[in-house]
Amino acid sequence: MFDRAGMILPLVLYLGFIMGIAFWGNTFSRKKSDTAGFMEEYFIGSRSMGGFVLAMAVITTYISASSFVGGPGVAYKMGLGWILLSMIQVPTAFLTLGVLGKRFALIARRTKAVTITDFLRARYNSDYVVIAASLALLVFFMASMLAQFIGGARLFESITGFSYQTGLFIFGITVIIYTTVGGFRAVVLTDTIQGVMMLFASVALLFTVTSAGGGVSNIMDTLRSIDPDLLTPGGAGNSIPKPFILSFWVLVGFGILGLPQTTQKCLGFKDSKSLHNAMVIGTFVVGFVMLAMHLIGAMGRAVIPGIEIGDLAVPTLTVKLMSPFWAGIFIAGPLAAIMSTVDSMLIMCSAAIVKDLYFHYIAKNDPERLPPSKVRSMSFTVTCVVGVIVFFAAMKPPSLLVWINLFAFGGLEAVFFCPTLFGLYWRKANSTGAILSMITGCAAFFWFNITKTSIAGTTAIVPTLLISVIAFITGSYLGKEEKPEIIEIFDL
Amino acid sequence: MKNSAIMKTAKKETFIVLALYVLFFAWWYVTAYGFGDDPSEYSYILGFPEWFFYSCIVGYVGVSFLLWICVRFFFKEIDLEEQKEGEKNV
Repeated sequence: MFDRAGMILPLVLYLGFIMGIAFWGNTFSRKKSDTAGFMEEYFIGSRSMGGFVLAMAVITTYISASSFVGGPGVAYKMGLGWILLSMIQVPTAFLTLGVLGKRFALIARRTKAVTITDFLRARYNSDYVVIAASLALLVFFMASMLAQFIGGARLFESITGFSYQTGLFIFGITVIIYTTVGGFRAVVLTDTIQGVMMLFASVALLFTVTSAGGGVSNIMDTLRSIDPDLLTPGGAGNSIPKPFILSFWVLVGFGILGLPQTTQKCLGFKDSKSLHNAMVIGTFVVGFVMLAMHLIGAMGRAVIPGIEIGDLAVPTLTVKLMSPFWAGIFIAGPLAAIMSTVDSMLIMCSAAIVKDLYFHYIAKNDPERLPPSKVRSMSFTVTCVVGVIVFFAAMKPPSLLVWINLFAFGGLEAVFFCPTLFGLYWRKANSTGAILSMITGCAAFFWFNITKTSIAGTTAIVPTLLISVIAFITGSYLGKEEKPEIIEIFDL
Repeated sequence: MKNSAIMKTAKKETFIVLALYVLFFAWWYVTAYGFGDDPSEYSYILGFPEWFFYSCIVGYVGVSFLLWICVRFFFKEIDLEEQKEGEKNV
């Protein structure tokens, strides 16, 4: 029916281009001849991100398969109400960068922090906090990466008609190689290009769907004749009640201040001008992609009705409405969203293992014990091995990891939200509070989800964050204030 | 400490950001739920239901614009590399 080769060609060219950037990024880490210098380059790109790159790095890490496939699929079923929900994410970039950016950047430079865990170590001076943070990060990131891989491979399968394994192989191997070779610098540079790709892809499909439906007014008329509730904020069958949608102001609203994959980017920008520009650019781009993709889903119902499985809405619209060449361009959009989420997590897993755990606990922070040549080969190996483990897991997904992924997003917030924010802004914050909030937050999140307990119609993240905040404050009053040197470095 | 001034600036900017966030939330909520919930009585702007046009489209464009204004006029450039007795970043 459609030309598979014609579709795959733009994609292969695109992936080749991404690889090229990684090898260029590699030349930077080659120049570093000391252990600390290498780690600062490989794991944070020597803090060189400018405004545009920072904006793209933050939002592409945040925008994942769910914004390109899952979310629009739900909008297809529920209508405009789900777009309203997705717009809660518009402030993602300015909230993260605005609240954390400047203080984080200053303190990271004072303490030479490369990872979020470095920051927590400097603030709380506690091995328990560091180890809990590293473990939470590794487990939740690996589960999320797996889910992204599975989502990407399924999408590839449904659009191109090639097998699940072929798709997984093509983009899985690409992302592992470029992240391993190029480190953080390659991650953020490719994220920038992936972000532009996402913009193009969403514009192209939005245009296609709108014109196939005969314009917005026509589409809205058709939707009203299918089900008038598709046009309401409550959604079809009033399935988006207020307490439910308001919970998302926590989960994908201010709760994102806890997500280490986006907050870590605040350690890596060049100067304050970059930060300012990134806030504006990031907000514009993330809002645009969210609005366009979810509109595509909701309006798609009027153009091609009767798609039973929500996740198939965007792939079906793409294949039926676009020529193979354009479909090939479009699929690069969601794959870009997936790869740019995975690469950040992959490099952070590697940093957690090499820097936060190995270099600190086994090499005792002594560059003699981890000379430049060794840290280089070790970093490359760890990045690659973590990627390959996830890759093989995605071949035949283990149910435990798939299950854990359901808790990854909220779980990361439950663990990192309080220690990050309070540590940055509250003088009395201490390790007792941090460890207490990390453990009770994580436990509460699992408990509320597993027992499906809902407080006043909200989702699990709302009581969870409340509990972790209470735990943090209680613990901090019970424990002792951190040393005056620390308070001074953090300017509290 | 001489850098406290910088931290104070950063704190002020945080408040601006939070104010903007609250404003965006208020606009989102009021426009989404303030136009009534009977689809047969909706009026339309550019083809979209009124509530959707204001909350999702105007809200997004509006907050982006306000943010641009705030960043341009209220956010200060600061030096992140506080040079202390010959200490330099690698």
